Amino acid sequence: MADRTAFAEEAMQYAPQLYSAALRMTRNSADAEDLVQETFLKAYRSFASFQDGTNLRAWLFRILTNTFINTYRAKQRRPVETDLDDVEDLYMYKRIGALQSASRSAEDQMFDLFTDDEVKRSLEELPESFRLPVLLADVEGFAYKEIAEMLDIPIGTVMSRPHRGRKAMQKRLMDYAQARGLVPTPASPASPEGSTETATHG
Amino acid sequence: MADCNETLRELDAFLDSELSEETRVAIRFHLEECPDCFQAFDFHAELKLVVSQKCKNDEMPPGLLAKLQQCFGDPDEPTLGDDPFAATDELDAGPDGA
Repeated sequence: MADRTAFAEEAMQYAPQLYSAALRMTRNSADAEDLVQETFLKAYRSFASFQDGTNLRAWLFRILTNTFINTYRAKQRRPVETDLDDVEDLYMYKRIGALQSASRSAEDQMFDLFTDDEVKRSLEELPESFRLPVLLADVEGFAYKEIAEMLDIPIGTVMSRPHRGRKAMQKRLMDYAQARGLVPTPASPASPEGSTETATHG
Repeated sequence: MADCNETLRELDAFLDSELSEETRVAIRFHLEECPDCFQAFDFHAELKLVVSQKCKNDEMPPGLLAKLQQCFGDPDEPTLGDDPFAATDELDAGPDGA
């Protein structure tokens, strides 16, 4: 990209996305602000090495992720990276999948069931090795291959993370919903209507 | 042809558009035939959307945009070609700098 002004302009439009992602990574606004600034500084300093035709958004997210891993993570006194508890497959679906009424879309209902803050917290509370892949896949919509490059880990490792991370998030979200009395606190999951030949549906 | 178990095993990869064309077609075919699996997939597609929408609506602190603008500095300065993925300098960088 020859024109630096155009480059800056295009990069600036990704600032809000980068800031949100930085917040999920660092979990506090001061660090998130620093992280995004550092990302833009690096982008500027590297401008000449930016190849035309490269996806600028992915490039910026890669700098953001890389900077987070190399600096903020090292700085943060992080607790020993805990592994995730095993959560059963389809955890949330087995509990509220059948509660959807036909009158409203599932998306609207789910949108109202959880507050923004609860969803953010459920993601931020994931151990980092799961939080980053889920953030990059679910929130930012990057392909596993891109995520593998951003995190500098093998693609096979990336593939297993979203599945387990999402289940853990679902468990948290259900806990929040139950604490607010929005869904019953059952000892056993409500079974979705209809049984199938397999046990997997609940 | 995929059965329910095989189909549900691919749920995440399907939603992430990470399946091979062949597997994707097999899963789609099963979903058309199986309302239970379809409902499960639909539920998780909605959930993914909700998570995405709710996790990227943070408001930037006032003044940040202006600070970022400054990061791009003076357009008349010579451009540099730093490697943006190199482990950096003054900040104590982690062991792997890519």
